[in-house]
Amino acid sequence: MQSRRATFRSRWLPYVLLAPQLLVTFVFFLWPAGQAVRQSFLREDPFGLSTRFVGLDNYTRLLQDPGYLNSFQVTLVFSVSVAALSIGLALLLAVSADRVIRGHRSYTTLLVWPYAVAPAVAGVLWWFMFNPTIGILPYLLDGLGYDWNDRLKAGDAMILVVLASAWKQVSYNFLFFLAGLQAIPQSLREAAAIDGAGPVKRFVTIVFPLLSPTTFFLLVVNVTYTMFETFAVIDATTGGGPAQATNILVYKVYQDGFIGLNLGSSAAQSVVLMGIVMALTFIQFRFIERRVQY
Amino acid sequence: MTRILLTGAAALALTATAAAAKTQVTWWHAMGGELGSKLEQIVAGYNASQDTYEVVPVYKGDYTETMTAAIAAFRAGEQPDIVQVFEVGTGTMMAAKGAIYPVYQLMQEAGAGFDPKAYLPAVVGYYTDTDGNMLSMPFNSSTPILYYNKDIFTAAGLDPETAPATWSDLEAMSKTILASGAAKCGFTTGWISWVQLENLSAWHNQPIGTDENGFGSVEAKLTVDGPVQVRHWDNLARWQKEGVFKYGGPGGGSDAAPAFYAGECAMYMNSSASRAGVMANSQFPVGFGMLPYYDDVEGAPQNSIIGGATLWVLRGHPDEEYKGVADFFSYLSSPEVQADWHQFSGYLPITQAAYDLGKAQGYYDQNPGADVGIREITLNPPTPNSKGLRFGNYVQIRTVIDEEFQSLLAGTKTAKEALSAVVERGNALIADFAETVR
Repeated sequence: MQSRRATFRSRWLPYVLLAPQLLVTFVFFLWPAGQAVRQSFLREDPFGLSTRFVGLDNYTRLLQDPGYLNSFQVTLVFSVSVAALSIGLALLLAVSADRVIRGHRSYTTLLVWPYAVAPAVAGVLWWFMFNPTIGILPYLLDGLGYDWNDRLKAGDAMILVVLASAWKQVSYNFLFFLAGLQAIPQSLREAAAIDGAGPVKRFVTIVFPLLSPTTFFLLVVNVTYTMFETFAVIDATTGGGPAQATNILVYKVYQDGFIGLNLGSSAAQSVVLMGIVMALTFIQFRFIERRVQY
Repeated sequence: MTRILLTGAAALALTATAAAAKTQVTWWHAMGGELGSKLEQIVAGYNASQDTYEVVPVYKGDYTETMTAAIAAFRAGEQPDIVQVFEVGTGTMMAAKGAIYPVYQLMQEAGAGFDPKAYLPAVVGYYTDTDGNMLSMPFNSSTPILYYNKDIFTAAGLDPETAPATWSDLEAMSKTILASGAAKCGFTTGWISWVQLENLSAWHNQPIGTDENGFGSVEAKLTVDGPVQVRHWDNLARWQKEGVFKYGGPGGGSDAAPAFYAGECAMYMNSSASRAGVMANSQFPVGFGMLPYYDDVEGAPQNSIIGGATLWVLRGHPDEEYKGVADFFSYLSSPEVQADWHQFSGYLPITQAAYDLGKAQGYYDQNPGADVGIREITLNPPTPNSKGLRFGNYVQIRTVIDEEFQSLLAGTKTAKEALSAVVERGNALIADFAETVR
């Protein structure tokens, strides 16, 4: 497939055809990224009236900043929890949906709905339900003797943002798992059933291993999601609090850069994030992309 | 379709020519909702009052967004003439000497009749340099006051016409209320940083920082871990455990108002500009009072400090436009416009004349509580401790204050530890800022 080369009469035509795409890439990706890298070596006042080159100072300061190290830790806990919860739940739902014979379609459609909800709206919904003053869940939890307060308790706040973020991502994972499940030949499962394997045994030894490429793919996608796209959820629910307990890396970039106007540090943080994305993309293409079944 | 487009373009071109005859002055602001409509009404009044200048107001989102947008625009050479900046952005704006056009200088150079003495010192003092020159034009300033639920006071057997004057009154009254079962909580508050730390300090004449609370130097240091502040935060932590105090959340404290409206908390401290919201949302008679104080602290109560936003003028425009800005500012400060804005919004009047006009109209007699804020800020002539505050990176320091207060309430830090951490982390942020403006 790849070896068949297209031939162009003019030497310039291929470049002209590529130009729009390259231009978009340059203007919207390479240029801003380059700006961020440049800015990360500078210390500048917000108005850009005085600029100094400070070398790696912004980076060394970051590494010495307990707030930044805390943010790394928070991001790790948050990403792993969201990925585990949303993948686990989605798998459970997909396996159940796969077995449903009647109403299979409406069941599937309903499960996909949350994906259409904007992250900020999802955040506000969960914030309402868990609001210590007006929410329904703290009221119910109070009846069980638990004093829910995501305004003050770091653990409660983390649970809240994990739930809101995972809830949104379950739909996406569900679709991939369902497609993965339907791609597994029925004959394999039937053969195992004839050999006397029960539903649990069949899932553990046949279905789950065959789903592993999907699971790996979802893992990478989910981690990327939790690191970059959950900004709106955090902003709408906890705002990174209490006491930075939910201040994930991408939210800190925003806080320091846009609220705090500390451009150098914010740029250095973006560059670190860029590095993480590149690493994740590399892992995905190098190890997973080839084996995944869509 | 093409025809509609063409007609539209022609219409646009026409309005553009009509407007081009006047000098345009752009004003980026952060007033949404009803306040935004009122602002546009004021601007329309100005535009109709003369035909040389046209002020064009543009809503740019919340305070942070407006300020960030203006700064980004300045870097791109597309800045507005006037931008509304919240009080904690003052340090950043002031330090940007090449970017801002100080209002006192603008008024002088534009030849607008300008008497700095006409303005209320407690309002403009926040925005003057150390020589007393006004750097930005106050537009919407407020100060925290105490609101209370008269029904709950009556039900608890308290006098509904007497607000607590001191913190010990407030504690005793709260406990009476809790014991009677009239409410579940004594008091709540918006803006921990602004009300329970900055204003607490000023109200007790305690320094918030060195160098006149940062007015004198960009390298000032915070000093909010003094005895009065530590004692108050200790009390707040204890009161939270006893049910006397309920935390309303970080920043503006979005949970505080609903708790007061719902009758869960008997008392509530927040901006004087919250008055309209309180009146509209409460199903009970509301009482007003000044902020409580500790009566054993010498010099208390001193005066409260303001919050809100001012109008900064940015450089890089032709002189003609600055003449328009000066003319508009004169209009904005006129007693009629000021009194109207103040009475509509609950923000403080910026001139003595506007306050006097309100008195003459009988506004304060008909609207009890509407002048509590003015009485608080004018209670005593401001001292270096109660003039206001001005530190670089203060937007972030406000966040630090919220974070440390949360640690205090969660029980992971004592009041002394939390406030020392505010000082330490805050000073690091101030030092960072001083370095960028060096």
